[in-house]
Amino acid sequence: MATVSMTVNGKLVSRDIDPRTLLAQFLREELRLTGTHVGCDTTQCGCCTVHVDGKAMKSCTLLALGVDGSHITTIEGLAHGQELHPMQAAFRDHHGLQCGFCTPGMIMTAVDMVNRKGTNLDDQTIREELEGNICRCTGYHNIVKAVHYGAEAMAGTTKAAAE
Amino acid sequence: MYPFTYHRPDSLGSAAALAGSADAKILAGGMTLLPTMKQRLAAPTSLVDLNSLSDLAGISVAGGKVTIGAMTRHADVAASEEVRKAIPALADLAGWIGDPMVRHRGTIGGSVANNDPAADYPAACLALGATIVTNMREIAADDFFTGLFDTALEEGEILTGIVFPIPAKAAYQKFRNPASRYAIVGVFVAQSAAGVRVTVTGAGENGVFRVASFEEALAKDFSAKAIEGIVVPAEGLNSDIHADAVYRANLINVMARRAVEAAR
Repeated sequence: MATVSMTVNGKLVSRDIDPRTLLAQFLREELRLTGTHVGCDTTQCGCCTVHVDGKAMKSCTLLALGVDGSHITTIEGLAHGQELHPMQAAFRDHHGLQCGFCTPGMIMTAVDMVNRKGTNLDDQTIREELEGNICRCTGYHNIVKAVHYGAEAMAGTTKAAAE
Repeated sequence: MYPFTYHRPDSLGSAAALAGSADAKILAGGMTLLPTMKQRLAAPTSLVDLNSLSDLAGISVAGGKVTIGAMTRHADVAASEEVRKAIPALADLAGWIGDPMVRHRGTIGGSVANNDPAADYPAACLALGATIVTNMREIAADDFFTGLFDTALEEGEILTGIVFPIPAKAAYQKFRNPASRYAIVGVFVAQSAAGVRVTVTGAGENGVFRVASFEEALAKDFSAKAIEGIVVPAEGLNSDIHADAVYRANLINVMARRAVEAAR
């Protein structure tokens, strides 16, 4: 066992864990933050995407000990109370999901995309940036649309909303 | 995941000592190693995580050379104005690896040390005549890539950085597997005072290799037309469900011509 400490959604957490614990497992099983999903477990589908020190990464391919001391934001950390993050609201308003399994990863990637590329995103940029997220239901059209409008809605609130 | 011992040393010396022990493996970004361990394709009994060695990350450009620390992430190479100005082909290459999340974590040192036959960086190292720097010595790229997932690195030897001479012109063109984003064929073309080099990744049975016939033709006439009629033999190329050897051989010519046209 080894001790790991990190700040998750603004709260400092510390646990004794087996060194083989992946960040996705740590979030889901230790902290019970089950919004982070594990789809493929092979670094391809992007369902497990979270922000590590402000950057989108795949939590199924990080050891929890490997991000010791980091600041983690998960899908649970985006909304303000009952008020959805603009990107979450856009996915709901524009039907950017069907089964919803990939949605947490899509939204974490989308917010990271806006942080790096700004709030005025064209479709080609959105599609390229979503390369690491796989959806089996929607055919992506409404996801691209949702990211486009979610990014616009984040304009002006980008910094506050990002973390 | 199976159980293992985890070390996160805070000095290169202790990292080297730990990495020298039997059955230890160095963890850089982990974008290949961790999935490989999950599948039991690799099963080291201990991991030596280099992520606390912040001295190993960073980019500097001086004296006609770009030096990139081993722990520099792909996203940082892709976004570096300095790299884009000095060797735009290298920034392009870094920006085409994997996907945004993989690029945020994966490192140049991990990619080069792993020498995956479809990885992008080995093509750049060999085409640009880079020098691979370790905690023990400097190794010319020509001597570094020794075969499939095999390099000149010895037990306990840690790759610390890579020095790329700035060429007159270069470009990388990649035909990607749309699912994995690895190269089915990737061609790096570089023109410098030392001549022209053309390297291929994704296609060779033994990993990255140079194409002498293209290099000779391009040294005389650096144009896509100069290599248009040169056939690359299919012998020694990979065949898999994505592309057979003949297809790859043809693709090498196509991607090389595109790279020559894109070179700047």
